[in-house]
Amino acid sequence: MIEVRSSGKVRQKSAVHGLWWQIIRHWQLLFMTFPALIYLFLFQYKPMYGIIIAFKDYSFKKGIWGSPWCGFENFNQLFNSYWFPIILKNTLSISLLTLVISFPMPIILALMVNEMSNQRLKKIFQTVSYAPHFISTIVVCGMVILFLSPTSGIINRLIELFGLEPISFMQQPGMFKWIYVISGIWQGTGWGAIIYFAALSGVDQSLLEAADMDGASRMQKIIHINLPVLVPTILVLFILQCGSILGLGYEKVYALQNPTNLSGSEVISTYVYKIGLVDKNFGFSTAAGLFNSVINCTVLAAANAISKRVAHTSLW
Amino acid sequence: MKQKLKHLQGKDLIFVCINSFLLILIFCVTVYPLIFVISASVSDPAAVSTGEMVLLPVSPSLEAYQFVLSYQAIWTGYLNTIFYTFLGTLINLAATIPCAYALSRKDCPLKGLIMTLFMITMYFSGGLIPGYLNIVSMGLLNTRLVMLISGAVSAYNLIVARTFFANTIPWELHEAAFLDGCSDFRLLTRIVLPLSSPIIVVLILYYGVGHWNSYFNAMIYLQDRAKYPLQVFLREILTLGQFADTALATGDYSPEDMASLLRQVEKADMIKYAVIVVSTLPMMVIYPWLQKYFAKGVMIGSVKG
Repeated sequence: MIEVRSSGKVRQKSAVHGLWWQIIRHWQLLFMTFPALIYLFLFQYKPMYGIIIAFKDYSFKKGIWGSPWCGFENFNQLFNSYWFPIILKNTLSISLLTLVISFPMPIILALMVNEMSNQRLKKIFQTVSYAPHFISTIVVCGMVILFLSPTSGIINRLIELFGLEPISFMQQPGMFKWIYVISGIWQGTGWGAIIYFAALSGVDQSLLEAADMDGASRMQKIIHINLPVLVPTILVLFILQCGSILGLGYEKVYALQNPTNLSGSEVISTYVYKIGLVDKNFGFSTAAGLFNSVINCTVLAAANAISKRVAHTSLW
Repeated sequence: MKQKLKHLQGKDLIFVCINSFLLILIFCVTVYPLIFVISASVSDPAAVSTGEMVLLPVSPSLEAYQFVLSYQAIWTGYLNTIFYTFLGTLINLAATIPCAYALSRKDCPLKGLIMTLFMITMYFSGGLIPGYLNIVSMGLLNTRLVMLISGAVSAYNLIVARTFFANTIPWELHEAAFLDGCSDFRLLTRIVLPLSSPIIVVLILYYGVGHWNSYFNAMIYLQDRAKYPLQVFLREILTLGQFADTALATGDYSPEDMASLLRQVEKADMIKYAVIVVSTLPMMVIYPWLQKYFAKGVMIGSVKG
């Protein structure tokens, strides 16, 4: 109390005192964060120390610290390897395709469903559109493979109906990115639209009524009233999506891969897995993973900075 | 209805028609694969592979299900998945909720620092190999424990929960409790938790679905088949069998060989369809009941990401 009244030095001191005093007073709050913090250090930050093996000639016997340094040798090897241009191209093309085609789908769906006047039908439609999200990656991949089978799949029966030859979709490297993206749209669009539904519930009803008075058409109302409400949400999600441009997850790609489509389906993360955990070339694989993360963080930061300047929306 | 249509003039009428048509189309595209899988799992496999079965089952039989239900691996996987999902989600909640609550309090010491530490992990991680070596160094390789705690707190879920606590528990409630000499622990367990069932359901759903569907961690960290979750067995059955197809598409076979191979593939496909139904049914039955909660969860998350 006395410290608060006095000025200058003493007040500075009280800020430090304040922190300790706060910690002592609220030690229970701090204690509540411990389980999560212990997890954070053991499973998230401790592995980060292992990144140094990207610069080492790692051997299991010598361990992370004992293995000799090798500078950028692993990176040299990576950039000069036969697979590097292929995995870079595949990762980029699948990610960009997702960004351009899959990303706008939930926005369009939310705007369309928002125009439904029957509330019960709307509810039923939404419930059904979430269903694919609750099917596991493995099962979705299994369904894709079954449907696209040249001998027994329903898609090829449809193609034959038009008098064309059946196509071995899963055996053609060029088809892979389309299979990946289209199955992703089927699985993710309904779920992805939830966040936009939420944002659309914030549309000012009086604006819509005023637009009605002025004789605006439905399309005009969507473009000039509903869509602008979604813009901040769209931007934030877009930045996040940009940040994962090389962070294409391995789960789905790996499940859809087979030796015959590998030249179109091997991406950085699956390559990291195979070189590292299958071939046990740890240093090399870590270098590839680190390259991937650094690019991701750079793109994310760049997208965030651009959005901050242009649209005043940013993640941090 | 008629009156409503009268209100719609020219352009709007066209808009409503196109919009309804597209929505019906989207509805069909979403539902058709699901119905197809169910029908194919009980139909005559030959009818499925010739395209004779389009929507409804043809000469239905439960043969495939008999096979699936007598297949031991499915049951092992199911039990393991239930175990991992149940206990894993419990651990997730125990770690996430207290931390999220503490960080939602404006008087929590060091909360900015702790928050930043969590945010960083959303964008940057050690990567696959350092993570793997870390698990090995802790002696967790090939233990059930690794499936339970290797993803104990998700930064995203933590933020969603924190936002919920910050926005729904009024500060006056805290002040009143402090005046009565209530400690922070009691406050959490006696006052805050009873008011927080929506966020608890959301967290159970998010974490639970994650546990139920994950296969990659199990594939990397587990070696004993007895510890495998369902998804790893599903992977063996559903996606690793692609080669019979490749062989059929490219191979050189005599007509008799071809016919018998085709029958085998057809039969295998029927079993695959049945496996999909058996493994996905629980989720399909449960999620519509929780719908209002997860819609809410996304909304909380979107208030401030």
